[in-house]
Amino acid sequence: MITAVELGLIYAIMALGVYLTFRILDFPDLTVDGSFTTGAAVASVGIVNGMNPWLATVLAFFAGMVAGVITGLLHTKGKIDGLLAGILTMIALYSINLRIMGKANTPLLGEQTLISPMRASGILGSWASVAIFFAVCLAFVAVIVWFLHTELGMAMRATGDNQEMIRSFGVSTDNQKILGLALSNGLVALSGAVIAQYQGFADIGMGIGLILIGLASVIVGQAIFTQRYIWLAAIAVVFGAVIYRLVIQLALSAGLQVNDMKLISAVLVVVALLLPKWKGFQKIIKTFTKRPQPVTESKEEVRTNA
Amino acid sequence: MLEIKNLSRTFFPGTVNERKALRNINLNLADGEFVTVIGSNGAGKSTVLNMVAGKLQPDAGSVAIGGKNVTKLADYQRAKYIGRVFQDPMAGTAPTMSIEENMALAYARGRFRGLGLGVGAKRRELFVEELKSLELGLEKRLKTKVGLLSGGQRQALSLLMATFSKPKILLLDEHTAALDPQRAALVSRLTKEIVERHQLTTLMVTHNMEQALALGTRLIMMHDGQIILDLNQEEKSKMTVNDLLDEFGKIKGAQLDDKTMLQ
Repeated sequence: MITAVELGLIYAIMALGVYLTFRILDFPDLTVDGSFTTGAAVASVGIVNGMNPWLATVLAFFAGMVAGVITGLLHTKGKIDGLLAGILTMIALYSINLRIMGKANTPLLGEQTLISPMRASGILGSWASVAIFFAVCLAFVAVIVWFLHTELGMAMRATGDNQEMIRSFGVSTDNQKILGLALSNGLVALSGAVIAQYQGFADIGMGIGLILIGLASVIVGQAIFTQRYIWLAAIAVVFGAVIYRLVIQLALSAGLQVNDMKLISAVLVVVALLLPKWKGFQKIIKTFTKRPQPVTESKEEVRTNA
Repeated sequence: MLEIKNLSRTFFPGTVNERKALRNINLNLADGEFVTVIGSNGAGKSTVLNMVAGKLQPDAGSVAIGGKNVTKLADYQRAKYIGRVFQDPMAGTAPTMSIEENMALAYARGRFRGLGLGVGAKRRELFVEELKSLELGLEKRLKTKVGLLSGGQRQALSLLMATFSKPKILLLDEHTAALDPQRAALVSRLTKEIVERHQLTTLMVTHNMEQALALGTRLIMMHDGQIILDLNQEEKSKMTVNDLLDEFGKIKGAQLDDKTMLQ
């Protein structure tokens, strides 16, 4: 149970990356399946070769950014459809990840990692470690929310909202997309790096189907929380990631096998997408929450030429 | 301020659909001049506007703003000189962002966008002052998402956003056409006030002849990719809608804009 929450909080950082592309930029980015493993591979190989685990994790972040930039360039400069651009980078990264690791699996047994001090002091798997991971997630949420309120971040939000408009105010939407994809994949790779350290190995297949986990987290979170404020939406993503892990945990304890996880993920995303559209569900939600009143037109507006 | 030289553009060249959208257009706007553009369907009004904005590239000719040749610049690169209001009231604002955030997006036009906060206390004061000039009460709803505003309110906000950073050129593309008559009158009045207050050099395309006569200091009529009539302020002031219709009548085979016919 606690392990599921811990995992959820680490995956939440990946989900925040998916939130940046999927919700803020309105860009369905499939690069994450590859860049997650890239992050894990870079950090693991670094650590195995004696690199400081902090440095290795930061390096993983930058490796992910490079992957995002490549998808961004394919999409904006190469005019390749967003989905296809992501798939192309994802597939190419599979080979690159194998090159980085030199084999399909890099174990981190006995290595000094970000997680090993926590494991040594015995707080891993306790509420203390959950508190630590949650605090780290909140720090990431805070930075992302702050960024989205800077001039640069607002230009990025506007790019996802109304491209024509923000171009007319002098913003290169191409550059915004590349930057957004870079940041997003940086976060995804960072999450991959921490997961590798948490589970004690990096594996070539660890990113497969990851986009579904990311989407499930974003969608589940936002089906439960309102999207009215950015900070609330970002926190919702963190909770969505944890809820996703708990659902998986429940499914496993109900007798389903680890091999069924991808199917469970897919079903969960479908449910999260379809449930809010179902009228009965909307009624239930309405009884619990007050809907924001639509703004009425002020009378002054009907003033005409005197 | 705006210099358009020998601008030409042919759509679908070499095909059966070949259409000469612009034939060697020349147009100079002096500083502070407010030109209204009317014309038949497919006359090239919007094409001219889109070429000034950088949305379309000409086959030949050049566009210069304030003496600087901008023909090769992409739309977002020349946006620092140009304020633009679109026909669709939804097109000029970001719907999921608040009124003050939209103002901040507009405020940063043509400047470097860094990691400073978009909406600070000082800027908010400025935005409140600017919004007050619309007299729509929007200054009391700074945190409201723009998507919740009515079409008229959004278009008024778009107009303010396009103008309050004082662009060298203001482009208005039938910006009142999608509004009901009352809202259109409101946006028309605001346009007149704002352009006069900031002395903006303005190019406005309209299908509404009354509006074309009521607003602006100069009137241009286009047909088949050419300018066929150019009236200065004095000549324009003597014109009536019927005179303009007569001018249209002189052109053989000219078909009036559908929307104009409906009025």
